[in-house]
Amino acid sequence: MIRKKVTIDGNEAAAIIAHKTNEVIAIYPITPSSPMGELSDTWSSLGQKNIWDNVPTVIEMQSEGGAAGAVHGALQSGSLTTTFTASQGLLLMIPNMYKIAGELTSTVFHVTARSLSAQALSIFGDHSDVMATRQTGFAMLCSNSVQEVMDFALISQKATLESRIPFMHFFDGFRTSHEVMKIESIPEEVIKAMIDPEFVKQHRKRALTPDNPFIRGTAQNPDVYFQGRETVNKYYNACPGITQNAMDKLHEFTGRKYSLFDYYGDPEAERVIVMMGSGSETVEETIDYLKNNFNEKTGLIKVRLYRPFSTEHFINKIPKTVKSIAVLDRTKEPGSLGEPLYLDVVTAVYESIERKKLALNQFPKIIGGRYGLSSKEFTPAMVKSIFDELKKNEPKNHFTIGINDDVTYTSLDFDKSFEIKHEAQTNCMFYGLGSDGTVGANKNSIKIIGEETDNFAQGYFVYDSKKSGSTTVSHLRFGKKPIKSIYLIQTADFVACHQFTLLEKFDMLKNIKKGGIFLLNSPYGKDEIFSKLPEKTGRQIKEKELNFYVIDAYSVGKQTGMGSKLNTIMQTCFFAISGIMPQDEAIGHIKNYIKKTYSSKGEEVVAKNFLAVDKAIENLHKVDIEKAILGNIQLPPVVSPKAPEYVRTTLSKIIEGLGDEVSVSQMPVDGTFPSATAQWEKRNIALEVPVWDPDVCIQCGKCAIICPHASIRIKAYDEDLIKTAPPSFKWMRAKGKEFDEKTAYTIQVAVEDCTGCSLCYEICPAKNKKEVKLKALNMAAQASLRKKERENWDYFLSLPEVDRRNAHVSTVKGSQLLQPLFEFSGACSGCGETPYIKLVSQLFGDRAIIANATGCSSIYGGNLPTTPWAVNKENRGPAWSNSLFEDNSEFGLGMRLSIDKHRENAAELLKKLSTELGEKFVIEIINADQSDEAGIYEQRERVRILKEKLLDIKNENSNLLLTIADYLVKKSVWIIGGDGWAYDIGFGGLDHVIASGKNVNILVLDTEVYSNTGGQMSKATGLGAVAKFASSGKSTSKKDLGLMAINYGNVYVAKVAMGANDTQTLRAFLEAESYDGPSLIIAYSHCIAHGINMAKAIDNQKAAVDSAYWILYRFDPRNLEKGLNPLKLDSGAAKIKFKDYAYKENRYKMLKMLMPEHASELMKKAQEAVNEQWKKYEQLAKENGKSSD
Amino acid sequence: MDLSTNYMGIRLKNPIVPSASPLSKSVDSVKRLEDAGASAVVVYSLFEEQITHESNELDHYLSYGTESYAESLSYFPHIEDFNYGPDEYLEHIRKIKKSVDIPIFGSLNGFSSGGWMKYAKLIEEAGANGLELNVYYIPTDIEADSSKVEEIYVRDLIEVKQNLNIPVAMKLSPFFSSLPNIAKRLEIAGADALVLFNRFYQPDFDLNNLEVVPNLELSSNWEMRLPLRWIALLYGKINTSFAATTGIHTHLDVLKMLMAGADVTQLCSELLHNGIKRITEIIRSLEIWMLENEYNSVHQMKGSMSQKSVADPSAFERANYMKALNTYKQM
Repeated sequence: MIRKKVTIDGNEAAAIIAHKTNEVIAIYPITPSSPMGELSDTWSSLGQKNIWDNVPTVIEMQSEGGAAGAVHGALQSGSLTTTFTASQGLLLMIPNMYKIAGELTSTVFHVTARSLSAQALSIFGDHSDVMATRQTGFAMLCSNSVQEVMDFALISQKATLESRIPFMHFFDGFRTSHEVMKIESIPEEVIKAMIDPEFVKQHRKRALTPDNPFIRGTAQNPDVYFQGRETVNKYYNACPGITQNAMDKLHEFTGRKYSLFDYYGDPEAERVIVMMGSGSETVEETIDYLKNNFNEKTGLIKVRLYRPFSTEHFINKIPKTVKSIAVLDRTKEPGSLGEPLYLDVVTAVYESIERKKLALNQFPKIIGGRYGLSSKEFTPAMVKSIFDELKKNEPKNHFTIGINDDVTYTSLDFDKSFEIKHEAQTNCMFYGLGSDGTVGANKNSIKIIGEETDNFAQGYFVYDSKKSGSTTVSHLRFGKKPIKSIYLIQTADFVACHQFTLLEKFDMLKNIKKGGIFLLNSPYGKDEIFSKLPEKTGRQIKEKELNFYVIDAYSVGKQTGMGSKLNTIMQTCFFAISGIMPQDEAIGHIKNYIKKTYSSKGEEVVAKNFLAVDKAIENLHKVDIEKAILGNIQLPPVVSPKAPEYVRTTLSKIIEGLGDEVSVSQMPVDGTFPSATAQWEKRNIALEVPVWDPDVCIQCGKCAIICPHASIRIKAYDEDLIKTAPPSFKWMRAKGKEFDEKTAYTIQVAVEDCTGCSLCYEICPAKNKKEVKLKALNMAAQASLRKKERENWDYFLSLPEVDRRNAHVSTVKGSQLLQPLFEFSGACSGCGETPYIKLVSQLFGDRAIIANATGCSSIYGGNLPTTPWAVNKENRGPAWSNSLFEDNSEFGLGMRLSIDKHRENAAELLKKLSTELGEKFVIEIINADQSDEAGIYEQRERVRILKEKLLDIKNENSNLLLTIADYLVKKSVWIIGGDGWAYDIGFGGLDHVIASGKNVNILVLDTEVYSNTGGQMSKATGLGAVAKFASSGKSTSKKDLGLMAINYGNVYVAKVAMGANDTQTLRAFLEAESYDGPSLIIAYSHCIAHGINMAKAIDNQKAAVDSAYWILYRFDPRNLEKGLNPLKLDSGAAKIKFKDYAYKENRYKMLKMLMPEHASELMKKAQEAVNEQWKKYEQLAKENGKSSD
Repeated sequence: MDLSTNYMGIRLKNPIVPSASPLSKSVDSVKRLEDAGASAVVVYSLFEEQITHESNELDHYLSYGTESYAESLSYFPHIEDFNYGPDEYLEHIRKIKKSVDIPIFGSLNGFSSGGWMKYAKLIEEAGANGLELNVYYIPTDIEADSSKVEEIYVRDLIEVKQNLNIPVAMKLSPFFSSLPNIAKRLEIAGADALVLFNRFYQPDFDLNNLEVVPNLELSSNWEMRLPLRWIALLYGKINTSFAATTGIHTHLDVLKMLMAGADVTQLCSELLHNGIKRITEIIRSLEIWMLENEYNSVHQMKGSMSQKSVADPSAFERANYMKALNTYKQM
């Protein structure tokens, strides 16, 4: 048998086996499992077959609950069926998991183990999710490495068919699912040989079929349910043996030997760790080190099959010599006696000793500890600390490792300087931007080294939490021996910095070894570089005697047509100087991979990459560090000294990349954080920023309303205030009759917060009469403006905000004088969603409470370190929370119910206190008109006075009323999320909430695709568009969510596209909020997942409306009472064909390039759907006589 | 009545050839052109920009924002088998060739020296009977003198002709300092025909939005005078075929062009404006006119009013200008 080596990640390893051994795959995207479903879908769309010569059917469902249901149904009908999921998704599958297990149905769920949402969401890895399903009856098999993922996926498949117990095969999210490793692939003949057809036949025989009818899924009563539940015991008893047999069978074919529990270490170990997951590899590495260097007798029991837990197999692995055992759980069960694996081990050991099945030299001490939550690093230093703890007479039980718990002191200390060095291993770190292709280049490099040399290779990639200007750090290891270091690189032989500005952000040379190689992409040449480096970096280079190379990769990119994509250039430099392989050989491999990667994208792309390889070598220069004189550039502080204390002491650490140093006491106990922190994280990511030209400006406010990051602000203020302005501060006289003659007007750009998307420039309607390319805002290089504009920005902030009572909020111009209370989010540059959110914050932010569905908006709205929801001078602002993905409407409705209840209670208390407060005053408060800003202002004044009076009254009622008096001021409930939530997973809840008649405002940010998880199709995806799980173009029309809501009759519904009509958008938001009932706004949100030029996205929005694909309308039930038609169309019949809109976007265009005839058919269908849609709405708008115009 | 003509060594049943236009975008439409009587069809142009930029653009937008954020490492399904503009074009030629019997000419539009030129061979392999090379070059560099500009045309032709077995027609603009000279140089470089003239679409200004906008206006009849004159001047001096294009709307225009020396006349605006049926009408009118005027064949009239064949050769030169002015004064 040929043993083929492949370099892949854990997700791919699992998906290969799953796709080969199943017929139906029902999934729902969730990080980090999504790639398994996507790969399967791609393979099926390419016609790749399973071992039964059949192409598996892959279907994307509306939720994980739906996926589990479909899996259950397909299994009951006899198909071999699987799914992939993680975290909350796995929780949604629990009800079906009980069913599937209860019915003894063979299946494997492949799970990338991930944290659960508790005090916060986390996309990273731990065992919280899988441990929450340990009671379902599924067998649980854990893989520790990419190789094991492939092996155990197959073992699970064999074992489930033979045992009838459904299996959950799981591995660590990101650490294993996304780690790229060189492994041995399992050939198809082995997969075939492992799956016994007899058991497949039996699986099919158990299927529901009218040709052999029976009933399964009855309801049972107290008399027999219990007995029925006990029938399965023998199957669970047999399962461990069957699984071991499957392991043994795989061993026969591959030579890789596994047991249900594997022991590693000294056979006479006195101290043993028990654990499962990728951390085991690190423990093995540490055990070897301690043995070789200190002759320490330590050991590890790796738990493979966690459920059913075979005590018999487990105790056989415990060395007789053991004195103390540490059981590590990668989960947290607050309030429990201990975490699950610990409890199992304690029970197993106690029961076995007590029943004399286990004879040890002494009764061991057993302690439990938690590690690695949310992919927290787990290093040899931590392992050593645990082994050291086990030496103590009274080792700490229920400990934590890897954090500093300075509250309940659970944590073990560890020596951060302890490190295991491997002589024959090369460690490389690469710092880059997401947009420059660094990660892609490194993935290619690993493949080259892994597949073209006899080296072992490993790659792991760390991304930041921002979607714009995001940085990446790649960790690559290569060596002649298998790599067991499952943690980030601690000391690097090679460090590359692909972006000069990142030197300001990271202390990247702290990890490099003495004499290591440092490669820097620098606009400065070898002779001047030292004078341009931060002084600290220069000093490190000299002190560590680094081999320092520079290349101006941007210049090479420009010469070769690569633009800002530096991947090929920097990859070539890496191979040229790292010495991994001879340069010529490396270049040959790079070119081969370029051909492999880019051939499908055309020869031009291949040719420019080839040229980039050649030019990179020519432009790479070594710096003479001996002669170089250090510069004097000092790094600025991470955050301003003016920032609040929490930002300075805690959040700044996270910004700096030192979040691991934050102690438990520095974290809030309940996930509550202060608002308005994004303003302190000055990211300076824009290369170009807008510069205002007052001579051209017409004060329309369009630039501010479209700005996704609230980086363009407008104020109108008393001209006298200009006297103290910095010299370069710009202003003009305010235009319009709403301003008096002495009103000054300024548009100010926050250049350090701007992402440089240039939407403001594109939308600006004012042109310079002398040079029409110039507008009232023009893009200019940020670096030279930074200092000056920082001063101007600070001064601008000191100017008074507009008096909301006088603001003309119903015009774009007037609304943009309102302070945004959503600013500087981490959303993509040019994001199409955030302008709507910002508008909500401007119009209603000081009284808004927001329920935000999980997705892009919850990530850029609430991901640490800093968050964009802000406060005004009175310390009022949006109160924001994220519950889950699926329940956001209900979450928001709960807020409404609670607020209404508080208001009702307050009104009752007011009446009870009317004697003390004065009847007139009470009636004024209760009946206050709060329909506009002035009314709200007056009510706030009344409530202020009320509170003062209540303080004097001091009785039970007044004390009670004091706690809820603020609810007498109108509160605006907003339920915000994307189309994946509103159209799919949360649709049931959304439907129920709008049917409730309650006063909530629902904003759907419709990108027509699951943006946050990477572009999977939703029911909002347009007919003909390509998305993941619709690689041949979506064949059905977009669901008309608006029309569904209109059908209720009592729901305010609007469809808006700010880029096409900002005034209509503004009106819709104001009307929706003023409507005392449910409102639904569906907002066209352009997205990078559309494959468009984001700077020109306004054109796309206009085209969507002009083609009548996206009809602008407002349906206001209040008009019915006036005898008017509630539906008002705000856009007209089609001015352009649908394809003239669609083919502006690569999501549609790519199908034309993929399957021209099919694309043409879908385009025809799409046009017909657009025509029908227009007819329908036109008819609706004409019905009932009078139009609402 | 013999309407046949010889164009670049290919015998065509008549001199009516629809030029590169949207009419050749669908196979069905080309079939209708054939049914209406077209003797050959020049398929719409494959642009250099399509070849060089489309793949770059797709690569850019499909990879934009990838590998940046842990949850969304990509935004599109992993698809490899794209048909870029060029592939689609070649497939289109193949399909047309399968559906019609008349000769089909591919059209390649570009100017720079680069990979796009290899598509000439691919167009040949797709089955085209000839190729029209449209070097659309607007010189904007004040350092580039006329000889450098002309060199681009000659260079492109030579590169395209390499390894090509089908004939190549060179479509030219009228904006040369010495058209006869460049025409001769192109003949020497291997041009099998000259197509006179390329009708540049001139941009317009949108005064409402202060933007430069493309503005496509169909040709008018008077515009045929320019090619008419130059074909008449070059006929007999340049030993290539001539295709007349721009401003040909009626059978009379066709006749004039043939008499000036054109081997074929290319129609576009007339067909876009009044429909494909105009081909049939024009051929019929042509036949009637020839019958009435006792012409037996197209061959007979070809070049009969070229400069070398008219009584007053100066009518095509500066003297003709004086004559026109004098006529004007008399009016």
